[in-house]
Amino acid sequence: MNKLVRFFLFIAIVSAVLLYAISSLNASQGYSGGNTVTVFNWGDYIDPDLIKKFEKETRIKVIYETFDSNEAMMTKIEQGGTNYDIAVPSEYMIDKMRHEDLLLPLDHSKLPNLKHIDKRFMDLPFDPENKYSIPYFWGTVGIVYNPKMLHGKEITSWNDLWDPDLKNEILLTDGAREVIGMGLNSLGYSLNDTNKQHLIEAKEKLDKLTPNIKAIVGDEIKMLLANQEASVGLVWSGDASEIMSENEDLDYVVPEEGSNLWFDNMVIPKTAKNVEAAHKFINFMLDPKVAAQNTDYVGYSTPNKGALKYMPKEVVEDERFYPSPELTEKLEVYENLGKKNLAYYNELFLQFKMHRK
Amino acid sequence: MENKRTRGLYRIPYLLWILLFVIVPILLVLYYSFFDIEGNFSFINYQKFFTPVYLKMTLSSFWYAFLITAISLLVAYPTAYLLTKTRHKQLWLLLIIVPSWINLLLKAYAFIGIFGTYGAANSFLKIIGIGSRQILFTDFSFVFVSVYIFIPFMILPIFNALNELNPTFIDAASDLGASKWTTFRRVIFPLTIDGVKSGCQVTFIPALSLFMLTRLIAGNRVITLGTSIEQHFLVTQDWGMGSTIAVFLIIIMVLIMVVTGTGKRGV
Repeated sequence: MNKLVRFFLFIAIVSAVLLYAISSLNASQGYSGGNTVTVFNWGDYIDPDLIKKFEKETRIKVIYETFDSNEAMMTKIEQGGTNYDIAVPSEYMIDKMRHEDLLLPLDHSKLPNLKHIDKRFMDLPFDPENKYSIPYFWGTVGIVYNPKMLHGKEITSWNDLWDPDLKNEILLTDGAREVIGMGLNSLGYSLNDTNKQHLIEAKEKLDKLTPNIKAIVGDEIKMLLANQEASVGLVWSGDASEIMSENEDLDYVVPEEGSNLWFDNMVIPKTAKNVEAAHKFINFMLDPKVAAQNTDYVGYSTPNKGALKYMPKEVVEDERFYPSPELTEKLEVYENLGKKNLAYYNELFLQFKMHRK
Repeated sequence: MENKRTRGLYRIPYLLWILLFVIVPILLVLYYSFFDIEGNFSFINYQKFFTPVYLKMTLSSFWYAFLITAISLLVAYPTAYLLTKTRHKQLWLLLIIVPSWINLLLKAYAFIGIFGTYGAANSFLKIIGIGSRQILFTDFSFVFVSVYIFIPFMILPIFNALNELNPTFIDAASDLGASKWTTFRRVIFPLTIDGVKSGCQVTFIPALSLFMLTRLIAGNRVITLGTSIEQHFLVTQDWGMGSTIAVFLIIIMVLIMVVTGTGKRGV
């Protein structure tokens, strides 16, 4: 008993000392008084140096938390109990959150740097007049492949993946819309198709791809492709550029049938505690130099026109990541299909996963 | 009278805990399972559960959980037995338990490296002349890593049971002419069956609802009920269906507890 009491006392003292150390550390850096901004972003989606720079410039402490799917992010905000000041959802999720009244309107007068954003990416259907959101990054969905491992074979379309030579060589990203979308695109249907017949057709076509699929994974896909665990992968363009910077043998292609064009956007959720600081943070991220540095770190395509001149020419002119207007024509933005259709996509995706070789 | 009242007081924290963290959550899960995706009251989730997709998933979850438990038991029993024979029992036991303090995800990531095409396991296969094989993202790797993770939980109760076994029983058995095998079959094993049962429970029940490993190690080639619950809550946001699967999991778990229940001593 005595031992037990001593044990608990020891833990209590250690915790107290640590708590004191944290609070005095924070105080010495001028973070007292709760002047913080809580950012809820995708994993590995900001240059950490920029967070430090923002903290230094504004004396506002950044609390940074991450999520790995739009749905998980929304669930957390919807449930409440969180106090995120900034979140970075994709476009179809913004439409959904807007309709469910989870976002605060932005005050454009506090965002002078907004003028640097390319007009092409403003005032899009998911958020007319950018009332709630500011584009953060954009990109495509496509195929990363290793020409060396494929003995010089070139991949240009979705249908190339059904080649029997690619047995056990394909890694897929674990996303229902991306994978079912690949099936839809390969058949020439829209990514936003809700016709059950078309969806079942797409799923049956995907079932035939099963022998070629090695695994369906999450963020690990970057590491696995860079380590040549497989030669082909279905990925987002930003992941692709990251993989390619680690392994130069790899190449990225946006399939000719068309693909997905997506936007991640900064918003202020209804649960925000420090709306003032949130605006400051958004404005800071819109600064051309900051955006250029961030783009260099993250590897996705920036909507910030001003940032382009601070970036290396070969990056800005790389059509794989800044596609030509002709290809952009063929790209589709995900629409919010509603819970019921989305559930159907997921149901089919689950069945596809369970389909054995 | 006084005694009764204090005893009642002592019970309060326990009852509160059970109420808040066991009974209320189970009732909530049950409640949510009666709503379809649009929030209307219905039994559609239960109908859906009895479609081939979910029945197949239930069967495969069972099959993998069974494999994991059986292999863990086959490895753990002899290990526990040997442990009781060593001189520094507690030290050896500690060495077996220590890996279970390491985060599950870290261990899973380590196995991705070991089992990868260019990992240690494949280099070894090449050296001994078998040649490189796909190990990662197969049934084998999934069962292997799960067994690795559950083994300490299987060894502990068996070790305790063996350790408590009165050695005079074994002496008596051999004095009466029983062979070593007969002693094990008729004396040691029946006397440690409680340890085996609780070991199987703590392995089988979590194994039924494993979910991270199915993606990291099995590359979503193995789909268990746990994976599906995670999907329904986080991706589809069909809380009703997720809850329904959880309800069935709870029912299955209770059944397992009853079937393997130790009766006399409780678990």
